[in-house]
Parts: sequence; structure tokens; C-alpha cells
Amino acid sequence: MAKKYELNEVEVWDGNMAAAQALRQAQVDVVAAYPITPSTPIVQNYSQFLADGYVDGDFIMVESEHSAMSGCVAASAAGARAATATSSQGFALMVEVLYQASGMRLPIVLTVVNRALAAPLNVNGDHSDMYLGRDAGWINLCSYNPQEAYDLTLMAFKIGEDLDVRLPVMVHQDGFLCSHTAQNVRPLQDEVATEFVGDYKPVNSMLDVSNPVTHGVQTEEDWHFEHKARQHNDLMNSKKVIKRVFDEFKDLTGREYDFVYKYKMDDADIAIFALGTTVESAQVAADKMREEGIKAGVVSLRVLRPFPFEEVQKALSNIKAVAAMDRSAPGGTFGALFNEISAAMLAAGKSPVILNYIYGLGGRDTTIDHLVDIYRQLDECAKAGERKYPLQQFIGLRGPKLSFY
Amino acid sequence: MTKKIKNLKEFSLSNDRYEGANLMCPGCSHNIIVREVLNATNDPVIVATATGCLEVCTAVYPKTSWDVSWIHIGFENAAVAIATAQAAYEVLKRKGRLPEATKKMLEEGREPKFVAFAGDGGTYDIGFQSLSGAFERGHNFMYVCLDNEVYANTGGQRSSSTPIGASTTTSPAGTVSYGEKMMKKSMVEIMSDHGAPYVAQVSPSKWKDLVKKVQKGFEVNGPVYINAQSACTTEWKHAPEDTIEVSDLGVESCVWPLYEIINERDEHGIIYNTKLNITYRPKNKIPVEEYLAAQPRFKHLFKPENRHIIDLWQKAVDTKWEHLQRREEAGV
Repeated sequence: MAKKYELNEVEVWDGNMAAAQALRQAQVDVVAAYPITPSTPIVQNYSQFLADGYVDGDFIMVESEHSAMSGCVAASAAGARAATATSSQGFALMVEVLYQASGMRLPIVLTVVNRALAAPLNVNGDHSDMYLGRDAGWINLCSYNPQEAYDLTLMAFKIGEDLDVRLPVMVHQDGFLCSHTAQNVRPLQDEVATEFVGDYKPVNSMLDVSNPVTHGVQTEEDWHFEHKARQHNDLMNSKKVIKRVFDEFKDLTGREYDFVYKYKMDDADIAIFALGTTVESAQVAADKMREEGIKAGVVSLRVLRPFPFEEVQKALSNIKAVAAMDRSAPGGTFGALFNEISAAMLAAGKSPVILNYIYGLGGRDTTIDHLVDIYRQLDECAKAGERKYPLQQFIGLRGPKLSFY
Repeated sequence: MTKKIKNLKEFSLSNDRYEGANLMCPGCSHNIIVREVLNATNDPVIVATATGCLEVCTAVYPKTSWDVSWIHIGFENAAVAIATAQAAYEVLKRKGRLPEATKKMLEEGREPKFVAFAGDGGTYDIGFQSLSGAFERGHNFMYVCLDNEVYANTGGQRSSSTPIGASTTTSPAGTVSYGEKMMKKSMVEIMSDHGAPYVAQVSPSKWKDLVKKVQKGFEVNGPVYINAQSACTTEWKHAPEDTIEVSDLGVESCVWPLYEIINERDEHGIIYNTKLNITYRPKNKIPVEEYLAAQPRFKHLFKPENRHIIDLWQKAVDTKWEHLQRREEAGV
């Protein structure tokens, strides 16, 4: 039995500590992990909790991230609550097994502290890894600060383990900007958090000797399509459970989460659509614009998968121009978020002007001034009723300006 | 508790955990070995399998050959899969959260056995990292390598277990090549050097020896490695009915010596005694040539220009056999 951890009403935690505390409160049975910057402190904190008796489980320091996720898959199939954390190259090494986890319908929780992908090798934050694993059939939740990293990690267990869902869940946070930035966090007391998350009820445990089960079969063309279609169906339908858990969490804490995060969007003409810590910077920039009488707002995704098409369409329905902010190298096309938003608006049949801004790669600082400049471009487009700038621009880049299309 | 086995007939009839009527090739050693391993205990067994022939032929949805809990994740992670399933078992046992039937089994003094099966590709090559890690960490499980010395599932490519002179689809014999250029990895010694408490090499043809070693392995607390010779009718190109005979030629020629290494160690993995036992000693050690001649994958070695490779083979086998005997005598 784990010891109770004394918590203050307000704790000063960085994103890594916040995620680690959520794993502790969920009383994860098996954490299999491998260290990688900037997510390493999550498993360091977790192993300290174990060393001090605050967790009753097993922490297995495996020899690679591939094995970390493989270990989570097998432990989960055995009937244990399993979780791990990673970043960047480690996440890339896990990708094969991410598909195994979702295909086997195992509710593993993975905290991804987002970081650039090599080459060049770079330990700092961007969203390249987020998009690498985006289509692996996991639920993807996005946090922007340590409080949200804590809240969403707790909710991740409850969402993924719901019997109508039974899917693994990733919780994203920005490398260093969130993971290493200490802020005030209001935690739940242990007994409240534990009750909220609930007991883990495994399905088809490999350890039930009276009922042997087969996990990870082979399928041919006669069944594979049905399996993947069913998996997609359940992932799409997980929105209902996500909504319910968000609501329950609001009732418990007063903290409100929705599929799409909106700031001053009720009357906005222009909007920045961003993910991660940039959301908070954009709010400051939006306030500055409003002082000038420009109706600026901020939109973001709280749930990247299943993609909330209707909520995005609704949020942008009265907007004249929107900036799709991509913090990952586009790799020969538009940014990933730009593509997602464009597809949603094309499907809605009515689209604002959408501009694609590539920013902040490899930890490059993005200032309020950058975001104000973007709002000014959007404002020009909104007033003209048409696109006045290149479709894709790199901002904060040293040397000659880069823009395309 | 160790299962008592009287004779082969009784042994062959007792298995109801693995259905032999599956998609494996006729005469495949994998089936024989898996049945012999699962048959060695009456305790529940939980199995992880690497990608390979065994996996793709025995669990094709919606059917399965397995009446034990079974998991396949990928090619390279059978070791970590079974190790973490065992770790999860320990945690849930401690927390009192095992399924009711499993709790009841524990009250009867029985515990499940955790076994991984993988081919030489999933063991010597792509799975080696996960295998090495799981052994170093000292998890309590048995790893059985079904060593057919080739990537049989993907059409017969060479692996680091393929022996010198074998013609495979990626080390083919041709007008200027005699086939594979390197002798195979010494996997038994590599795994013993991980400090595993029990490591053994077995052949399905010597079934009593195999079962005894598996039973010994099940009694041990810690990682156990069993290297099982697995003749492959498709890639070794012998007739299905010759599987056991070909296997036996390997044993009688000492190409596939049967031995075990016991590392006596404490709970921290500190080894204070290592002992190697040769468990079968051929009365008349036959020439390697007889083993090679039984397998068309070596047919080209009998051409005059390639005869020197047979001599190399013989030298390598003799040296290894000599080495094993010396280790046994010296008690190290």
C-alpha cells in the first residue's frame, strides 16, 4: 500500500513534475521507461516516488524506448495499468509499437514532451514528434502549461480505460517551455484524484488462467479491414467519453476543458490557431490587438485525435482570416496543422483566409511581437477580404525571408 | 512442482495447450519444440512470440493454436513482452488484483510460467537488444530460441545464425561463391555471459534431454535461455519425414552439442560459481560431412572447389567440442 503524499493547495511544479504526480496518483502498476531529454524528469520523479514508498508498482528501466512501449503493451495486456513518457527520437523509436498498442486496444497513457527530431540533433521543443505519431490510432490530448499537463494526464486514464473506448492516450506538452517551467499548480488530494481516476478493470487479462486469451493475432485481407474500421469507429466515438470526463472534471475542480480551446472568439474577426505554449503568448498578443480595436482571438485544439471537425468549423465560422501556426518542419508541403484546419473548413463549405506560419523550430523563441505581426497581416487580409501574403511564411528565421506559394 | 514424465507415448498424448494441426510446414521442428516445452509442465503457461513462422502460422484471426494466454507484439520485442507481463504479474499478485482463478491456483502452490518463443532472427539479430536488456535486468522468464539458422518466414534470407557455407536467398551459392561466409554467433555463451542462472542448448530429437532442461529452467528464479535446434524443411531442404534424423545428425556430429551452463548467483546477480555440463556425449562422433550431406542447403559444398569449406566446418566443430569438454573438466 502506497504512502499518502502530502500536497499543498497550490504546488509549484513544472510540467514534468505535474505529469509525474498524475502518474503517481493514478497508482500505475507498471511504468517501463527510457530516459530522454526533456521528458526524463517524469520518470526520475516517478522512480523517486517509488523509492520513497509513494507508489506501489514496478518501475522498469528498460534498454530502449522501443522496449518501453513494448513493456507497456505486454503489462497492459496482462491486466496492469501501464504508462510511460518520452520525447523526440525516443518517441520515433516507439512509433512501431504505438500502432500495436492501439490495435490491441490497450489503454496505456503516454506523456509526450514535444521536441524536435534530428537531424540536426536538437534537444529543444517543437511539435515534429507530435505529428510523427498522430495517426497511430491513439487519443491525443494537448496541454499548454503544467496545470493542464497534470489535469489531462489524470483524465487520460479515465478516458482510455472507459470500456466504450479502450484505447491508448497521449498527453502532449511543450519541451522545456512547459516541461521545465515551474508554475503554480492546484493538485487534487490523493484520495480525490484516485477516486476520480477509478480502479483499473482490465479486459482479457493474459493472467487469467481460467480463460487464456490471444493478443496480437495476424489478420489477412479477410479481416484486417474490419479490425481497422472498428478501431477508427471507436476512436471517433470516443468523443462522447472525452466530453463526459471533461464534464466530470469540471464538476470536481471547476476547471473547464473542451475539444477546442477558444480565447475571445465570440466576436473575433481574426484568429491565431496554435498549439502548446504559444497559445498563452497568442492571448497576450490578442489583448494588445484589442487595445487597438482589432477584434483578435485565439483558437487551439485540446483534442488532436479524434480531430474535432465540427468544433473547429464552428469556432472559425465567423472568422475572416486565421493563422495556422505550425511548430514543425513542413517537410515539403503545408504545415500539418494548416492541413488539418484547411480540411475542416473545406468540408464546412465556408472558409476564412488561412495563412500558414512556420515558427519556433528546435526551440527558437517566438515573441509577442512576432504574433502581433501575424495579427497585423491577418487584419489586412480580413479588411481586404482576400489573401494579401504568401500562403506559407517562416517567422523569426535568421537570414533571407522564406515564404512559399 | 515438476511434472513426472514416464515415456514418449504418454508425453505425446498429454498436451492440450497447443494444437499441432496449424499452418506450419509438414515436418517443422518449431511445432515439435513448442509442444515439448509446453508439455514439460502442468502449471499454466503464458507465452509471448516474436514475429516469425510460429506466429504467422498459429494465430491467424479468427483462429488460434494456443490454449494458453499468448501475445505477439513485434519482431524485436518478445523478451521484453514476456518480462513485463511477468513483472505485471508480480505487481498484481502483491496488490491482490490477480483474476480469481489465478489466485486460487496460487493457493494450490502453483505459479504460471512465462515463456518467450522467437526464431534466430528475433533472437540473434533484431530482437537481441530487447533480449539482452531483459536478461541483464534479471526478469523471471524462459526464452526459447527456435534456431533454424535462417529467416524462413520471409523466404530464406541469411541471419547471424546462418552457418558458413549455407546457401540462402541473400547468401546464395553461385559460380564464384560458396554461400554464407561467416560462422554463426555463439548465442549460448553470449546469454550465459549475461549472468543468466540457466542456459542450455537442446535438440527436439533428444526429447528427454530437452524436457529435463526446460524443467530445470522453470525451477530457476531469473532469466533462462534455451537454444533449440530447429530443422527447417523448407530452407534446409530436407524431406519432412527426415526432420528428427537430420536433427540427430547435428547432435551426433557435435555440430549441435547438447549442454547446459549453470551460473550460481545471488539475488543481486553476483555469480560465485559457473558450471558447464555436457548432457549428451555421442558414442561415435560422426563426421560433419554426414550432417551437411543430409541438407541440400549445403549441396554445393561437395563440389571439389568448395570442399575446403567442409574442412573448415569440421575444424570449427572440433574446436568448439574440445572447448566445451575443457570447460566441463575445469568446472568453469
